[in-house]
Amino acid sequence: MNNEINSLEDIKAIRKIMEESTRFLSLSGLSGVLAGVTALAGALIAWLFIDDAWSLMVVAAAVLVVSLSFAFWLSVKKAKREGKHFWTPVSRKMLVHLFIPLVTGGILALVFLCQGNIQLIVPVFLIFYGLALVNAAKYTLGEIFYLGILEIITGLVLTIFPGWWLIGWLFGFGILHMVYGLVMYGKYGR
Amino acid sequence: MKNLISNLDKTFESRIRLGIMSVLSVNETYDFNSLKETLQVTDGNLASHLKALEKAGMVQVEKQFINRKPNTSYSATEKGLAAFKQHIAALENLIGMH
Repeated sequence: MNNEINSLEDIKAIRKIMEESTRFLSLSGLSGVLAGVTALAGALIAWLFIDDAWSLMVVAAAVLVVSLSFAFWLSVKKAKREGKHFWTPVSRKMLVHLFIPLVTGGILALVFLCQGNIQLIVPVFLIFYGLALVNAAKYTLGEIFYLGILEIITGLVLTIFPGWWLIGWLFGFGILHMVYGLVMYGKYGR
Repeated sequence: MKNLISNLDKTFESRIRLGIMSVLSVNETYDFNSLKETLQVTDGNLASHLKALEKAGMVQVEKQFINRKPNTSYSATEKGLAAFKQHIAALENLIGMH
């Protein structure tokens, strides 16, 4: 009997260590909600004040930087609260896999901007951001995968209807993030 | 019952060794400091268990320099992976799950 209990505890410990050493699980759900709010604010600024593509690019970059900062800050706090480290081989892997498509998309958007293909900028952001999430999902909460797929679909639809870029931005970066963040918040806590 | 227990590998009796093998079974390589953080053990403790696993041929060590700092990374050997798999199967058998 004693043996049985020990074995069960061993198995539990093994599973936990396997999961924790391959996935970064302290990703904050609240930061998803904040990313959505930031994107909505960015869209509002773009809609009210922006009439050229370069300024739009600056607003988009600002939204990205603010959202990522929230995500870093809240995830570091969450990791600390759970008694875990933020900077681990897994979180590094996750970031590398996140940033390769993200940076590629950013450069591509800049190239399109310089060439005057401005209607493709927001779709490119959405598509490559989605690819980045799908890519990083292997190393963090699996749900990110589905968020990524939805971002890609939104981006692809937007390449067909580029005139709807503001709605695409609101939906892809605003609504989807807020819904995702709330679901994660409910499931895994702050 | 005797058979079940004989499948449990003595090398993995310690929790720390189980932890090390758990990490190395799902990661190609892992460096010393990250292992220490993941398993939350002291330097000396981790080093002695790693040494034992190395001696038993379960893990292999690779020493290199990254930015002039010594970096020791560990990976599980094929023998180690097979033995760990068998150990887990034996544990699962003991608690009656497959």
